[in-house]
Amino acid sequence: MYDSGKIIVGLIIGLGLLTFPFWYNLGKAAPPAPEPKLSEKAKTAGQCIEPKARMKTRHMQILDEWRDNMVRKGQVLYVAWDGKRYDMSLQNTCMDCHDSKKDFCDQCHNYTAVSPFCWDCHVAPEEK
Amino acid sequence: MFEKALSGSDKYWSWVIFLLVIIGLGFLAYLYQYFEGLRVTGMSRDISWALYISQLTFLVGVAASAVMLVLPYYLHNYKAFGRITILGEFLAVSAVTMCLLFVLVDLGKPTRLLNLFLHPTPNSILFWDAVVLQGYLFLNIIIGWVVLEAERKALPPPAWVKPLIYLSIPWAVSIHTVTAFLYAGLPGRHMWLTAVMAPRFLASAFAAGPALLIILALILRKVSNFDAGKEAIQKLAQIVTYALIINLFLFGMEFFTAFYSNIPGHMHSLVYLFAGLEGKGNLVPWMWTSAVLCFAAAILLVIPATRRNEGILFFAALMTFFGLWIDKGLGLVIGGFIPNPLEHVTEYAPTGPEIMVTFGVYALGFLILTLLYKVAISVKAESESGKILASH
Amino acid sequence: MGWDRRKFLKIAGISALGLGAKPALDLLFGQMIEVQAQEEKPPLVKAQTWAMVVDLRKLTEEDCRRVVEACHREHNVPDIRHVDGSVNHKEEVKWIWAEGFEHAFPGQAFEYVSHELEEKPLLVLCNHCSNPPCVRVCPTKATFKREDGIVMMDMHRCIGCRFCMAGCPYGSRSFNWGDPRPYIAKINPSYPTRTKGVVEKCTFCFDRLSKGQHPACVEACESGALVFGDLANPNSEVRKLLSERYALRRKPELGTGPNVYYLL
Repeated sequence: MYDSGKIIVGLIIGLGLLTFPFWYNLGKAAPPAPEPKLSEKAKTAGQCIEPKARMKTRHMQILDEWRDNMVRKGQVLYVAWDGKRYDMSLQNTCMDCHDSKKDFCDQCHNYTAVSPFCWDCHVAPEEK
Repeated sequence: MFEKALSGSDKYWSWVIFLLVIIGLGFLAYLYQYFEGLRVTGMSRDISWALYISQLTFLVGVAASAVMLVLPYYLHNYKAFGRITILGEFLAVSAVTMCLLFVLVDLGKPTRLLNLFLHPTPNSILFWDAVVLQGYLFLNIIIGWVVLEAERKALPPPAWVKPLIYLSIPWAVSIHTVTAFLYAGLPGRHMWLTAVMAPRFLASAFAAGPALLIILALILRKVSNFDAGKEAIQKLAQIVTYALIINLFLFGMEFFTAFYSNIPGHMHSLVYLFAGLEGKGNLVPWMWTSAVLCFAAAILLVIPATRRNEGILFFAALMTFFGLWIDKGLGLVIGGFIPNPLEHVTEYAPTGPEIMVTFGVYALGFLILTLLYKVAISVKAESESGKILASH
Repeated sequence: MGWDRRKFLKIAGISALGLGAKPALDLLFGQMIEVQAQEEKPPLVKAQTWAMVVDLRKLTEEDCRRVVEACHREHNVPDIRHVDGSVNHKEEVKWIWAEGFEHAFPGQAFEYVSHELEEKPLLVLCNHCSNPPCVRVCPTKATFKREDGIVMMDMHRCIGCRFCMAGCPYGSRSFNWGDPRPYIAKINPSYPTRTKGVVEKCTFCFDRLSKGQHPACVEACESGALVFGDLANPNSEVRKLLSERYALRRKPELGTGPNVYYLL
């Protein structure tokens, strides 16, 4: 092969960069699992608008559906799995109960390095 | 073929590096704008579109001018344009790329750009503008590249490219008409609400674009061995002459309609641009300069003796280009917003970051133009010298 | 047939395309989301054409001040000022504000208009037109007309192209040239703010309407100069007022069909 020296060196550097995330953390302990803390209000309520497992996997899709239904279709109320009715609002429903973004939402988001931009606009409750 | 752009003289590389520096600075300015918001520009609640969109408007015209080479050559067999249609097509690629970039830097939320295509809205002219601009870009890239490649191989171009070439002719007219429709259908902006907006756009496009082609052809003759040919350049000059006169005529029509009818809404913007309104008139010297440039250029172009003198023609083309750039690039868009719908006069002046971003986009366009032209003239030099050798 | 570089690259390219197709399509068109139980409950107060009537005889300067403050406070509209405290007219955001007669009705002003009318500040806002040019030009349907007549803003979809601002013949729309939050004195925790890069305007308080409340401006107007109601309902107060007195609308000749009426 032509320029075999340059190519092999280039390949090694390239592969090294590509696999960096894997070998850089070798030997270090995994960071602790996230522990979102339920607020007093959430504990009292006992359940969310959907079962916990569903909320864990689908809260983002639910929020998207709420957004489209509320803003674009003018709907207001959501009927939860237990028949209770809720306003479709991140600020006024979800965060009314889960009232600490730092202790609840950020715990998992920081761990997974996800930064949703909802709170650029939607006002998070004041941290106590 | 692209490897031809990667080899050149020292002058070539100094020019490329100069452009890269400007692009870098423009990019930094854009980052500043991206994180701070569009408040770093001179735009305001009353003048919500300004330098970026006005450059888009002007460059769309320059891009459409490729048709002025393609139409005579492909539809009417005007042989003199045969060697330079590629220059028009590559200029179109460069200009449309700049147009799309100017839209991008003007957006408040550029990360949501895909919404244009995820939620297509046929009743919105901006949607169609995005569609036709992209289409024209791809048309010209494909046509230019394929025809050039065929020439390099000393073969006729493949048959499938012919329908695309024919398509590019009405498509060129469409990109301009659609951009004019952005303005001409808005009920609240009296300066733009005129049936003559699209024709005026086309006329100034067919003047400014070929004028730029003349300038580029003359520069190419100086910096390389590529000679467009006296006949081609003269024909372009004739096209610019007619288009410029038609444009001045249409502009005069605007004045007549506004001032003979005496309707305040129609008059106000023109008064602001050429005399100032309520004591404010920072565009007045620009508009008069544009008028002088265009009229002087028209005179120089109409007189055969000055038109045939390529030194004078170069300046006439420059005057045409800059005069029309002021008219469309400054006067039209900014003037349309003044006075605002509540009859207040707010003025506009671009800020440093805004100008730097604009330069950055222009530099990127010029870089694309330089690289593509280098490929084109290198290929032509090869193929033509091959033909000369073969004929011996 | 021998394998050469060209054939290898062709096949590799096609395979990459094939492998990448599914994830790309998934990303673009989303997964089929199971629709959870949702009730299509109509807003408590339903209408066909929301409209507002501004009674210029009752409207006072104090009204204007109070109304603007109430609206902007309720909806977290930023108060953008220069360092010296003066209003930053370049970047200001306003949903409802006061203008003089000749500015609100440029086609109607004349030299001998009554002194009282000339001096009076009157409120201008989005007219929630029946035939809105802003909706016509929006390339993403971020602004759209609801069934109840409200011209709505979807802040999530707006790309900030500002075509709607160019299209509005009334200058009702504002753009967030920068981050608005530093300029909001006291954030209302039950309404979102906006971010830099999106357009905003009056929404006829659609969220309050769904709870059966009047728009914030109407409630804050103590003299009762602002009346809100459904034009399609012949018994509504707005219809009554319009049948009794002549009303002006802003630039009606443009065919936009504005739904804010001004009683002289």
